Amino acid sequence: MKHLYVAATEEVEREALAAVTARVAAEFGGPVRSMELGSVDFAFDPGRRQYGSIPVLDMLLQRFPADAGKLLAVTERDLFIPVLTFVFGQAQLGGRVGVVSFARLRQEFYGLAANREIFMERACKEALHETGHMFGLVHCAERRCAMSLATTVRQIDLKEDAFCAACRARLQRHSGGTQV
Amino acid sequence: MKTHWQILVVDDEEVMCESLAAWLREDGYVVDTASSGRDAVAKARLRDYAIYFVDLKMPGGMDGIETMMQVRRLHPEASIIIITAYATVDTAITAMKEGAQEYIVKPCNPEEISLLVNRIVKVKNLQRENAILRKKLTRQYVVHDVVSKNPRMQEIMALCGEIASLRSTVLIQGESGTGKELVARAIHNAGDRASKPFVAVSCAALAETLLESELFGHEKGSFTGANQQKRGKFEMADTGTIFLDEIGDISPKLQVDLLRVLQDRAFYRVGGSEEVRVDVRVVAATHVNLQQAVAEGKFRDDLYYRLNVIEIRIPPLRARREDIPLLADHFVERLSHELGKEVGEVSEGALRLLLDHNWPGNVRELENAVERAMVTCRGPVLTENDFAFLAQTAAPAPAWGIPAGMTMQDMERVLIIATLERTQGNIKEAASVLGIDRSTLYEKIKKYDIPR
Repeated sequence: MKHLYVAATEEVEREALAAVTARVAAEFGGPVRSMELGSVDFAFDPGRRQYGSIPVLDMLLQRFPADAGKLLAVTERDLFIPVLTFVFGQAQLGGRVGVVSFARLRQEFYGLAANREIFMERACKEALHETGHMFGLVHCAERRCAMSLATTVRQIDLKEDAFCAACRARLQRHSGGTQV
Repeated sequence: MKTHWQILVVDDEEVMCESLAAWLREDGYVVDTASSGRDAVAKARLRDYAIYFVDLKMPGGMDGIETMMQVRRLHPEASIIIITAYATVDTAITAMKEGAQEYIVKPCNPEEISLLVNRIVKVKNLQRENAILRKKLTRQYVVHDVVSKNPRMQEIMALCGEIASLRSTVLIQGESGTGKELVARAIHNAGDRASKPFVAVSCAALAETLLESELFGHEKGSFTGANQQKRGKFEMADTGTIFLDEIGDISPKLQVDLLRVLQDRAFYRVGGSEEVRVDVRVVAATHVNLQQAVAEGKFRDDLYYRLNVIEIRIPPLRARREDIPLLADHFVERLSHELGKEVGEVSEGALRLLLDHNWPGNVRELENAVERAMVTCRGPVLTENDFAFLAQTAAPAPAWGIPAGMTMQDMERVLIIATLERTQGNIKEAASVLGIDRSTLYEKIKKYDIPR
């Protein structure tokens, strides 16, 4: 039996990691296994002062546990792909690995006062979103669905911390939960 | 709706190409990548992409602008977005002048790309919807191009719509000039074969041997003058419709050949030994009463039944006089454009004249009459004087006479046929006019073998 793994880079605060792991486990029918990733400094781009999400995904594939079906990483680092200024996260569509960045989910990033509740909600929504991509889900037209496309935190806030009925049905048609 | 639209990302940097493609795939699009301008053009030849993201600076002699120009030659309707890391006003102007839909500088905000793609897709969806609606509207017009408010004609047009997408053979019967070819075209244009060939052949116009070669083609050297192989009308109509006009006039030999085509959808070219297979819908037409021709042994009954899968009988114009004003207006409107004359209407007096005329040549005769009147008229209204030639050409009304040897039964048959013609086949009305009940009329129609 293959497992869903949630892995964290060294700087990720443990409380946020626990909340995301619990949410993913509840949604995808845990238990979910944990994994430590250490640093992602190798993905740092000095020109952009950000971290490339593609090298991070490559690293995840290299370190993919033998008993894993899917591996979702979380990091505090600000991620980008070459053509875009940033990404909240990235995953292989219908693939094995994905990553979520917490950097832009915090109010502080936008010069606002910290709000733990808002940050946790956003983190859980984005974790569901990237995991959904790993299970083959594409962006959903239903704005409240966790799979809807968000390019701003306002759009993340408009989503619910759950999949819509149609996306849930698509997930059910998949081999089911974490057994991939 | 997104999966309808395919996207091609063109960039010589693999990481750039793949990361944008992956991001768009997450949005539900089908995305391909190309690593050079040449690769992009080769892929564009094979597939019709709706949106192209093209990097401006690419090595190998074909930059983004050149790539865009070549792609646009293949797909003028494609939306092309030029991407560059080195934005200058000049390149932006050049890109837009050469037809780029957008010009974006990388790295760009995800929201910007998302909004841009959504906007393009929304426009493309509307364009597609518009094209579908236009097509539907065209089909509707084409069916209704047969101008009529006569209930029987409207039934025929409704039937044309219903049978349009079937492959069943249709036999259209009607006097000369009633619009048999127009009905055949309406059937073709309203169906799945609308975009495929419609090939019309007049079987009465050619001698037997010529018609055989015309229909089935011939091989080189099959007869004197056959200098090269020629495809016949059946081959030309492959996947479409062949309209065989005046089918009642074809020779017994051709009747046999045609029967084979209808049975097997295959034939041999004249002088050929290789079987040619075709997918053709056959619509045949005739002004003669084929049933009678069969009874008289002039037309093969097996071919008649093959042709007569769906039968359409077009009434003569004199049996649908209510269409005369409508058709006259239609021809005036059309011909005023063609002839460049500002004629707007037909006077009441002229209409009365047209309504009284017997129209042995049917709608075609009416069309010719309107054209002749329009050519000679001097004002914006067609008057009785403009149609004076009709009185000269009209056959004198037949005097009521009883031919020698006519029996009571002959007389009754003629009376029933004339009444049914006047009531446009309405049994209830005809029975009422004749002063008998409907069941008696049905019995007499059967007894005298009166076609309906």
